[in-house]
Amino acid sequence: MDLLDNLALGFSEALQWHNILFCLLGVALGTAVGVLPGIGPTATIALLLPITFGFDDPTSALIMLAGIYYGAQYGGSTTAILLNLPGESSAAVTAIDGHQMARAGRAGVALAVAALGSFVAGTVATVVLAVAAPPLARAALAFGAPEYFSLVVLGLIASIALASGSTLKALAMIVLGLLLGTIGQDLDTGTPRFTFGVRELYQGLSFVAVAVGVFGIAEILRNLHDPRTRTRMVSRVSKLWPSRSELRRIVGPVLRATGLGSLLGVLPGGGHVLAAYASYAVEKRVSRNPGEFGHGAIEGVAGPESANNAAAQTSFIPLLTLGLPAHPVMALMVGAFIIQGITPGPGVMTEQPALFWGLIASMWIGNVLLVLLNLPLIGLWVRMLSVPYSVLFPVIVVFACIGTYALGQNPYHVFAVAVFGVLGFVLVRTGCEPAPLLLGFVLGPLLEDNLRRALLISRGDPTVFVTRPISGVLLGLAVLALVVAVLPAIRRKRDVVFAEDE
Amino acid sequence: MTPAGPRKVAASSAALAGLSLVLAACSSGADPADYPDDDIDVIVPFSAGGPTDTVTRMIAEPMSEDLGVQLVVQNIDGAGGTVGAGQAATSDPDGYTVLMHHIGMSTAPALYEDLAYDPIADFKPVGLVTEVPMTIIASSDFEPETFEEFVTYVQENADTVTMAHAGEGSASNLCGLLLTDALGVEVTAVPYDGTGPAMAELVGGQVDFMCDQTTNTTGQITAGEVKAYAATTPERIEALPDLPTTTEGGQPDIQVSVWHGLYVPVETPDEVVSQLTDSLQVALADEKVIDQMADLGTAPVSEEQATPEAHATLLEEQTATWADIIGSGQGG
Repeated sequence: MDLLDNLALGFSEALQWHNILFCLLGVALGTAVGVLPGIGPTATIALLLPITFGFDDPTSALIMLAGIYYGAQYGGSTTAILLNLPGESSAAVTAIDGHQMARAGRAGVALAVAALGSFVAGTVATVVLAVAAPPLARAALAFGAPEYFSLVVLGLIASIALASGSTLKALAMIVLGLLLGTIGQDLDTGTPRFTFGVRELYQGLSFVAVAVGVFGIAEILRNLHDPRTRTRMVSRVSKLWPSRSELRRIVGPVLRATGLGSLLGVLPGGGHVLAAYASYAVEKRVSRNPGEFGHGAIEGVAGPESANNAAAQTSFIPLLTLGLPAHPVMALMVGAFIIQGITPGPGVMTEQPALFWGLIASMWIGNVLLVLLNLPLIGLWVRMLSVPYSVLFPVIVVFACIGTYALGQNPYHVFAVAVFGVLGFVLVRTGCEPAPLLLGFVLGPLLEDNLRRALLISRGDPTVFVTRPISGVLLGLAVLALVVAVLPAIRRKRDVVFAEDE
Repeated sequence: MTPAGPRKVAASSAALAGLSLVLAACSSGADPADYPDDDIDVIVPFSAGGPTDTVTRMIAEPMSEDLGVQLVVQNIDGAGGTVGAGQAATSDPDGYTVLMHHIGMSTAPALYEDLAYDPIADFKPVGLVTEVPMTIIASSDFEPETFEEFVTYVQENADTVTMAHAGEGSASNLCGLLLTDALGVEVTAVPYDGTGPAMAELVGGQVDFMCDQTTNTTGQITAGEVKAYAATTPERIEALPDLPTTTEGGQPDIQVSVWHGLYVPVETPDEVVSQLTDSLQVALADEKVIDQMADLGTAPVSEEQATPEAHATLLEEQTATWADIIGSGQGG
């Protein structure tokens, strides 16, 4: 059994005491920076990268850096659930139902479900990495620009499910998000768009500034506006641990989300971004009571959190097997490999088996450490909610400012948070939900760049989107999703018409 | 209306003394004779972990040892390096802010019409650091086998061939422009958001070819994931000894490398610059730096190149060259 031998090698490497220590250090740091919106895993890894230059053992360095990355995925859900402050795109999905659960006094349950779901997903994704990394990575290379474009279209249409209110308003928010995503330099020609001469806008708006603004700051403004919630966020905290029936409810969502997240994570062109959103859309669709979504559905926390963690882990596949970084964090990992004298690429697995399998084994150990680290903290986190608003609000605002300022050591990001905070408040007051806006904003550049790339490569022939099989199937699914989304509305309208007839 | 008592006066004069001490500490280093007696910020106008950042951190360590103060790398990325460079241009000219920039320093004037600084007039070059070679690579199912075949194939099939690059102004974009300019063809250039995604689609066969730095391509070349045609340097690359050069392939005009250099604001005193230059030369002779650069497929520049004069000459020459190439590329 090759696989067992390899795993044995991996665990013997990862279970050396110094590697366990670096793993713990990584996931603890990751949790910490995940909790703070703004600083995030990319900045942390960038900061700590130089320290790892001095490490004698490249495995330890990579184990720690990887731990920061997936540890941050755990930590990111905490502030999203407790304070409606998502630090990255996946946490924005968790915030939708997670924060509603917190407001209903079920923050402990939400946090526990997020941690357990992430652990299951992390475990399964580690197995996927160990068993099928090379073939999956090869298969993912079949995804070209037309496929990514169609995948994003499907994602955008499915994301109508993110809104619990009006479908029309959700669509409007997606479009607004797409438009915000066009700000910045055009990828092809470098022409600045909607920058109004502000050089900071050349790179586009920062996700953290938009997310912290429309979610976190808008939430504070909304609470201040409504006297009933002004004094204290949660009047009572009922329990910390999910009940047996609640655990039963999340088994399906966690497993589905793990599968979905594992697959999307492998795509080097940005599939991991979609994982949490896709899982939310799927769970809302298959749920027997979709009306609960947006008002504290436990599945709406379990699914996206699991999908996100699975995708975070499988997004290592293109890097480890082919040396291809899927996102900025993986690009930093490439830097870490190179500085240690290892060229990331297909050779790593055969030339450095101890490192390759050690890293994989460490991911499972890291997930165990994360659960051990996070479950006891839940009680502490939840108590934070009983802090009076007069104290909590300024603290949140200060953290949001520090986090966003740290992004580029530039006050511009802090102004952006303020602007989007006000925008978010206006949206909430007009019954528009921020989650579809955020998704449009994240996926907009992916949509545009891949559309243009696909047409450049096909020399302007738009039929590539339907003639390439994977792309065609994805677009077909998108049409189907659109029909399913619109159908209930049509049916309802017909019912109304009939009712009036009688 | 009691006058300030003696204690109050003492307190405020102590505060004043404290303040002047703080001020003195802040402004220390203004005197070039004491240079350096405080941490030096090295602005890298690109994100951490990238090739330029990696090179900077390699030399920062031995330079810190040599100067006896810490060189602190600051990543200020954005707009093709012009945000960080702009910030460096307006920083205090006291030697405590140093800019590390690459070939993009010479292309920025041609790429950004509203550039807030002049790379030649607003900076003093300290010295060159390294010249990272570039390689011409292709998807493994792209037809040509050798560099000569590649040249003919591209010239004959210019209307169907696709060339990947990592975005406007990136090294791969520049190399691509120079290559197509030298071959007298125009091919479809497909932009990606960074080298990683571009390499992924090249390996997947979605695009035909690309020209990129060895830092990004060596791993894929040695693993046989992509075809390599030529190195764009006068000499063969040590890390890829079997790879012929463009000159060997009959295209001596295709010469491009991603040269990196250190800069300080133009008002910086010359004695400070020469201290930095000396320290840079010490770092470039460091065994560890040489080894680390070799892993990246590059090497430190020679001692004559790591000087303000050689650096200034190259910057001026390159600024003129790229103004021509980028100008004609955008016109056509």
